[in-house]
Amino acid sequence: MRSNQVAVVGAAETTELGVIPNASQLQLHADAALNAIADAGLKLSDIDGFATAVETPQQVCHYLGIKPTWVDGTSVGGCSFMLHVRHAAAAIEAGLCKTVLITHAESGKSMIGKAPRSIPADSLQGQFEAPFGVYGPPSMFPIPVLRFMKTYGITHEQLASVAVVQREWAAKSPRAMMKDPITVADVLNSRMIAYPFRLLQCCLVTDGGGALILTSADRARDFPRKPVYIMGTGESVETPMVSQMETFNSSRAFKTAGPLAFKEAGITHGDVDHLMIYDAFAHLPLFGLGDLGFMPHEETGKFIADGNTRPGGKLPLNTNGGGLSYMHSGMYGMYALQESVRQMRGIAPAQVPNAKISVCHGVGGMFAASGTIVFTNEK
Amino acid sequence: MAEPQRARPKPTPETQHFWDGTKAGELRLQRCDACAHVYFPPRPFCPSCASRKVSAFKASGKGFLYSYVINHRPAAPGFTPPYAIAVVELAEGPRMMSNIIDCPQTPEALELDMKLEVAFEKLDDTISLPVFRPAKG
Repeated sequence: MRSNQVAVVGAAETTELGVIPNASQLQLHADAALNAIADAGLKLSDIDGFATAVETPQQVCHYLGIKPTWVDGTSVGGCSFMLHVRHAAAAIEAGLCKTVLITHAESGKSMIGKAPRSIPADSLQGQFEAPFGVYGPPSMFPIPVLRFMKTYGITHEQLASVAVVQREWAAKSPRAMMKDPITVADVLNSRMIAYPFRLLQCCLVTDGGGALILTSADRARDFPRKPVYIMGTGESVETPMVSQMETFNSSRAFKTAGPLAFKEAGITHGDVDHLMIYDAFAHLPLFGLGDLGFMPHEETGKFIADGNTRPGGKLPLNTNGGGLSYMHSGMYGMYALQESVRQMRGIAPAQVPNAKISVCHGVGGMFAASGTIVFTNEK
Repeated sequence: MAEPQRARPKPTPETQHFWDGTKAGELRLQRCDACAHVYFPPRPFCPSCASRKVSAFKASGKGFLYSYVINHRPAAPGFTPPYAIAVVELAEGPRMMSNIIDCPQTPEALELDMKLEVAFEKLDDTISLPVFRPAKG
């Protein structure tokens, strides 16, 4: 895909974030979509391409009254929306559609109109993981981290500092769920969830949603908001079974998607002004910094603990507070994308001054999938 | 009322030989007849070279502790927290998820790289699960 041929021209989250007991998951999709359409100054009838995950495209399109000529139901977990951006950009460039709406919503906390996640007993996960006591992401996602720590000499205190730094960012964001300052000691004294991870190293569980609207760069200039261009994209999948990753010292999906996006964008790591790395749990930013090539994995824990990613640091990371403190409805990738777009528009609550390039990296499942988008506000 | 049951695997045609093996007290892996790649989980072709000529064999049952969590909450049905969910690297190369028995479920006792050997935990007349205990000697 060529850089900067497609732009985000509409972006919005649901009207409320957090606990939303008065709306179903499907209605949250609609709420986010209507907000994004209003943000872009469009009508529903202008949308001819549509993508979503978990819910089917037909479900959401019918509910909204959209009649698309291009759809994408890629559903690979929380980074599905990064893949939708990549696929939508290619589709717009190929002339398959002109204006794509991407929606995410999840009633992750209130569980209204949300099908429970289940693992069939005759699936590979049902046969070779479920019988050993895995029960939801907190019991699975941290399984690689002790090996990662031993290989690279990462400490518990460094992993705790991820949560501390992100809480500093969240304090600047009015819509963040958790804003009170915390210390490394607070993190290490919080309730044990799945050793070595404690409560404050695990993501929130909330309700919410978000939506994006993409169109060609040529048309983007006519929209009310400053266009945010798609500069580079990457994607991959590895395995639905965390136990079957090639190694616990890195994520193959990260190492595939990240470099693809950097190469397509034609940028180096020094060009990155702002970074989002999907943080369902505290080790993900460390995997991301290493696997995307910002630094050797050995240095990632110290880099964060030393304050390089905090407000005023040289690499602002997860500036909304992340899945640990901003919100996490179950598939956080959409919220990471929203923050990158806000930063590129220059309207983020914790705005990085003069930021021109934002990298947004997502994970799906337990290192099962990955998508990376490089955004820029200059064409 | 019955106690909540641990998740019970349901074999498929491709995995039946593995579960027949654990029932008979054997940990069975598969090896490619063409390229000698040893792999897990079971499937009737080689994920390395795509050959359909593969053979099941009895693995040594030896391995080491690659990584783990000690799960506190929420606990899976049939488990009493805290309990370790481990990934074991087998001597033949593949890794598999399992539990560690005959060992305190603590960070002090569960040392990465500790040597392990397979044991079998009978769930019922048809399913036995492969679990691991610290190797003797």
